[in-house]
Amino acid sequence: MSLDTSALESGGTPSSRQRLRALVGGDLGLVPVLIALVALVVYFQVRNSVFLSAANVTNLFIQAVIYVFLGMAEVWLLLLGEIDLSLGWVAGMAGSIAAIVTNVQYAWPWWAAFLVALAVSAAIGALWGLFVVRLRLPSFIVTLAGNFIVEGVLLYILDHVFQGGGAPVQEKVLSDLTNGNLTPTWTWVFVVATVVVSAVVALSRERARRRAGLVNAPLYRLVVKLVALTVFGVLLALVFNADRGSFIPIRGMPFAVPLVFGVMVLYSFVLARTKFGRYLYAIGGNPEAARRAGIPVDRYRVYAFLLGGLTAGIGGLFYVSRLGGYSSSSTDSTVVLYAVAAAVIGGTSLYGGRGKMTYPVVGGIILAVIINGLVLIQVSATMEFVVTGVVLLAAVTVDSLARRSQTLLK
Amino acid sequence: MSEPVTNESAAPSVTGSAVSGDPAPLLSLRAITKSFGAVQALRHVDLDIPAGQVTALIGDNGAGKSTLIKVIAGIHEPTSGEKFWLGRKVDAHTPRAAAELGIATVYQDLALCDNLDIVANMYLGYEETRRAILDEVAMEVRTRQTLADLSVSTIQSVRQLVGSLSGGQRQAIAVARAVMRDAKLVIMDEPTAALGVTQTKNVLDLITTLASRGIAVLVISHNLNDVFAVADRIAVMHLGTLVSSGPVANYDTASAVELITTGTTSRAA
Repeated sequence: MSLDTSALESGGTPSSRQRLRALVGGDLGLVPVLIALVALVVYFQVRNSVFLSAANVTNLFIQAVIYVFLGMAEVWLLLLGEIDLSLGWVAGMAGSIAAIVTNVQYAWPWWAAFLVALAVSAAIGALWGLFVVRLRLPSFIVTLAGNFIVEGVLLYILDHVFQGGGAPVQEKVLSDLTNGNLTPTWTWVFVVATVVVSAVVALSRERARRRAGLVNAPLYRLVVKLVALTVFGVLLALVFNADRGSFIPIRGMPFAVPLVFGVMVLYSFVLARTKFGRYLYAIGGNPEAARRAGIPVDRYRVYAFLLGGLTAGIGGLFYVSRLGGYSSSSTDSTVVLYAVAAAVIGGTSLYGGRGKMTYPVVGGIILAVIINGLVLIQVSATMEFVVTGVVLLAAVTVDSLARRSQTLLK
Repeated sequence: MSEPVTNESAAPSVTGSAVSGDPAPLLSLRAITKSFGAVQALRHVDLDIPAGQVTALIGDNGAGKSTLIKVIAGIHEPTSGEKFWLGRKVDAHTPRAAAELGIATVYQDLALCDNLDIVANMYLGYEETRRAILDEVAMEVRTRQTLADLSVSTIQSVRQLVGSLSGGQRQAIAVARAVMRDAKLVIMDEPTAALGVTQTKNVLDLITTLASRGIAVLVISHNLNDVFAVADRIAVMHLGTLVSSGPVANYDTASAVELITTGTTSRAA
């Protein structure tokens, strides 16, 4: 790696050089993406004042849920430099299974249905993983083949096993995933609890480091983050608690929001605070180093595929809930590309080793803003594809440039 | 050339350490032979590696240096011959067994993850946890302490990504990782290859520091300047045979070059 240029430097003035590296080396985290998000929101709001209405913002968040879940699913794989192109149909499979078995015809309890649906989606993911590690096949090809297989099997099930080519959602919990709301009081409880818990966790970590005599990042950064979180939470609560109903009043945060948030926090915790997460990053960064450190690299690859399938399955439950059912005409071949887009737009690297679970959340919201906003300013559906494609291309370009500048500067 | 060459300076190395009153070697190899099918990569190698000293292993490409360190590191099982650790016969034919004895190898590629910070790299595979949660505070404290003990002062923050470090700093991290895991013998493969002047000096200082802490260091190098700057002992390999070994005072650049290229030296040391 970069051995030829290392003779040029002699270890002087590292601070300015490192600062430059941090700047161009893609270490800005979410800041540029958030700026882009704000710019998009302002643009659409200026073009159509309905954009930031309570009803549309709520709708936008529900739209984003599927992209966020599929994006988080892809992050498990992208961290290892792998990809799963079948996740769109895997999500459809999980959603359809849940819809079918909770249908009046079978009438399973919701929890059993969710369990089976998620087990199937996780198993499909793990199967691709086994092909990739056992036969050393590229995941791109394995999951592309898998995409067709799952699509075919699902359409067969919808057409033949279940009558009439569609599975309507007839179960309350499944329907409530995207259609139910917290009461306004519980909305506030959720927001306040989130802010308080974040502050307590951050401050106790700060105190533990200080007690051990370690240097802390400047306190203002933590304060800025907490203030930003509080402002964002209060704004969300105000928007969600405003009446958005046309005939009867509808208020409160959709269940989907705290559920997505909870999964994101859990996944982030696993990635940042456990050996499991540390090893995924290590394998993504340098598989040979990970292997020499005694990490069972192949087993972790399969785990990543399994978690990708599982997460896509969770997304599928929300997807079928929002559509009110699943039929052979609910096309899904493009949704997986939105999933990759959500992860990459947020800042996850396609080359492995870099990414966080917060990235697809922001990326998914950006996609939803674009898709929702373009409809509101009455741009045709064909333009929607073009704009999304351009955004994805831009994100991948930034990723590639960040990587190249890192190598050049070393 | 195909005959194993023995000369005056090779013979005393087998018994010489006991006679001259040197401390008992940390690791002794006796009559190590390694064949890959019909190819004999190592022939009857006898080598003593004393604690607290830097032993430089030199020789031309294909002389068997890499095979020898792989035998020591437990990657290759010798075809015949014995290893003694502190005078006790050991097998250590797996990397794990060698690591448990306290043998750590720093390969040329260093095996670092550029996308992880220094602390994470130091502890990779050996993370400290509390109730299944990574104990970042404890790991960071010990990392800083280890680097300070080794007088590695060019690193600003142990939370820097390893990808942002210079070649010499990366070498230092790889060595510090071995030291932190209580390595008693650190094997370094071409540690100064492709390093600049200042960084080479830093790495050589680090090697000296290791030896002064009682750690045995076995360095493979092509750079005779570095070898004579840092080594206490020299071992020369030629065509799979250890043709000469002894204190660095017994050699000069001319005799070392002659031994590397021909396997013998006409000069009296």
